[in-house]
Amino acid sequence: MASSAAVPFWRAAGMTYITYSNICANLVRKCLREPFKAESMNREKVHFSLSKWADGKPEKPVLRSDAPEV
Amino acid sequence: MLRQASRLLSRSVAAGSSKSATARGFSTEVPSTIDSTFVESWKKVAPNMDPPQTPSSFMKPRPSTASSIPTKLTVNFVLPYASELSGKEVDMVIIPATTGQMGVLPGHVPTIAELKPGIMSVHEGTDVNKYFVSSGFAFLHANSVADIIAVEAVPLENIDPSQVQKGLAEFTQKLAAASTDLEKAEAQIGVEVHSAMNAALTG
Repeated sequence: MASSAAVPFWRAAGMTYITYSNICANLVRKCLREPFKAESMNREKVHFSLSKWADGKPEKPVLRSDAPEV
Repeated sequence: MLRQASRLLSRSVAAGSSKSATARGFSTEVPSTIDSTFVESWKKVAPNMDPPQTPSSFMKPRPSTASSIPTKLTVNFVLPYASELSGKEVDMVIIPATTGQMGVLPGHVPTIAELKPGIMSVHEGTDVNKYFVSSGFAFLHANSVADIIAVEAVPLENIDPSQVQKGLAEFTQKLAAASTDLEKAEAQIGVEVHSAMNAALTG
């Protein structure tokens, strides 16, 4: 079977749908009036701790919290 | 003895499945009859064990499609942080699908539509409620239920026009200056979203 139809430009650039959707949502939130903007900034907060494992031991974790995604 | 059991089982399963193969409907429909030949042969071989459950026995039956088209469309409009509309009966919704503005009436053909940034309007009698949707999906079912999910949806009054203009100018400039594919894609998204918001506010 031939490959499917033309991919969206963001997929062609290597972006996933979730990244695309989150960027769209962030842009919309930035254009809100106050006080809605302040409320919505809560939704952008990201908390996670990521640690890579090497040889069965976790390396130093990368912490990301309370910073809205750009 | 156990080896014999698996041979007996596989023989009767094969016989049973070939008989019911022609009668089998869609894989998503819940079969109303359990394969009795299989159950019988199971009981012969392992009378003390219950026959195994299949995934379909755990499924709730699909809601039946009414024979006549219902008069109202039931809309469930949800966001990750709130349920905007839940089981609301309306006359029509217009959703911003990637293929264009799509009007959904009761009895619409089952569709899965990806949404682009745009206006979604809900029509109930003479009332029209408009939301600007950032992106998402719309699932239209055969029984006139529409599930619309979006990451961010705001009433048009909540958007600040000056911010939109500023954003549009900023991203148009970024698009011109972008070098890598990823930067171009991000700038392109910015331009699309802001021009959609602009059109929503002025249109």
